[in-house]
Amino acid sequence: MTTTPSNAPYSNGPASEQIANIRETLLLMASLANRNLSLAMRALVERDEKLAASVEAEDSQLDELEISVDELVINHMATHAPVATDCRFMLVASKISSNLERIADQAVSIARRSLELNKEPLLKPLIDIPRMAQIAEGMLRDSVTALIERKPELAQEIIKRDKEVDAINKQLARELTSFMLEDPTTITRALNLTIVARCLERIADHCKNIAEEVYYLYQAIDIRHDRTPTS
Amino acid sequence: MVTTKASLMSQTQPTTMMDESIPTTQTTEVVHTPVATPSASDKAARLNAPTIIDINNVDFYYGQSKALHGINFPIKEKLVTAFIGPSGCGKSTLLRCLNRMNDLVDGTRIGAGSIKISGVDIYDPSVDVIELRKRVGMVFQKSNPFPKSIYENIVYGLRLQGINNKGRLDETVERSLRGAALWEEVRDRLHTSALGLSGGQQQRLCIARAIAVEPEIILMDEPCSALDPIATVKVEELIHQLKQDYTIVIVTHNMQQAGRCSDITAFFYMGRLIEIDATEKIFTNPTQKQTEDYISGRFG
Repeated sequence: MTTTPSNAPYSNGPASEQIANIRETLLLMASLANRNLSLAMRALVERDEKLAASVEAEDSQLDELEISVDELVINHMATHAPVATDCRFMLVASKISSNLERIADQAVSIARRSLELNKEPLLKPLIDIPRMAQIAEGMLRDSVTALIERKPELAQEIIKRDKEVDAINKQLARELTSFMLEDPTTITRALNLTIVARCLERIADHCKNIAEEVYYLYQAIDIRHDRTPTS
Repeated sequence: MVTTKASLMSQTQPTTMMDESIPTTQTTEVVHTPVATPSASDKAARLNAPTIIDINNVDFYYGQSKALHGINFPIKEKLVTAFIGPSGCGKSTLLRCLNRMNDLVDGTRIGAGSIKISGVDIYDPSVDVIELRKRVGMVFQKSNPFPKSIYENIVYGLRLQGINNKGRLDETVERSLRGAALWEEVRDRLHTSALGLSGGQQQRLCIARAIAVEPEIILMDEPCSALDPIATVKVEELIHQLKQDYTIVIVTHNMQQAGRCSDITAFFYMGRLIEIDATEKIFTNPTQKQTEDYISGRFG
């Protein structure tokens, strides 16, 4: 008997095309979300208004793609009644696309904040925020790798990194609060930086969600809300 | 705080009532107690249901060629068990072993193992095959009503047993047709030819004929493969009702049908049982890769 790996493309036919199409759309969304996050961070660090504007301009593409993933998913479910891994993939694809779209939305928020921050001199050197962004970008990249290379164990590892981002965010929020208490003229800048940090913390959350979906796809075990793989 | 509250409340309520109204730690714990999901406990109950047919290491041969290899699993009472697998995997052969329909094919034999129904080995020489087939009814892929009236189709089995009492026959016809969800459609034309019924009605007539002799087990060999979606839904609803009284074993090529109407699914490949489990487990997360490849259409 010859068999193909579970959820590998079918040898031919419309089912194969549809599943491949959903996968490719997700990958396209992931690369666009990743790019927008990098651009937003560069806009912030390099104080570049043109880059900030481009993040905003590209966001609508992800909105369109999110809708098209759902169309592809519902079309495949209605015509092929998928089961087992294919069935989980339908649910997971829809959720991953929605998380990717939200990551891009957060990138837009970061870009907007960077425009605000550019109006005044830097409050303090940017250290923690680029560090958070670096971890979040790594989480995004790896969650997509886990999806493509069928690596649930990698997905599990990504989930742990979310705590690091949370910790930096909390620490930074405390620091910025003390700035604001000492000198009210820093309030606008400190608040904008707090919002940027919050956006990055959210992005890490979305990456964690994606990783949990990837784990569910390949292991058929739901580990959301801190449920352990054994429960 | 507590004293203030108690003094306030004691004006309107007796103190004993007030004690009960204060949430205790016990109630808080109840909220946090993990509750087993109904589906999970139901699944366990199904897998632990009493066994009615015990298939024990059965090898089966058509002449020299071995069609079944060491088939070994129980069929549970009053549940629907679906046999799935590609053509030639042995699922229909095994189904026909369960009421010795294979006896009618030359050169077939059970090479090893046994099949016991309610503890009795059905291949024991002392077993009366006619009696066995009365207990284990069968519905075929293609509906095969006799070229007789609807009424005579139903009572055929009873007449064979020498029962000719009109009251008894009338009662059986109504009960069986109601049981097969066909009564309302044919009550006014019981004495017209069964061949005038639609395909879906003919198949339900065959089910009515099978249940007329009050079997314990009904075997169905692709009962809906020649029916349109509406007739299929009717037969599936019927299967759902029938399992309250009968054990049903169904062979189907339609994966969604197995998913919709069975409690337990067994997957066969090349004469071997690959996997058997609760149906939702087979269709959401099968253990064997061969099962997953088959149910998601990736064979070949």
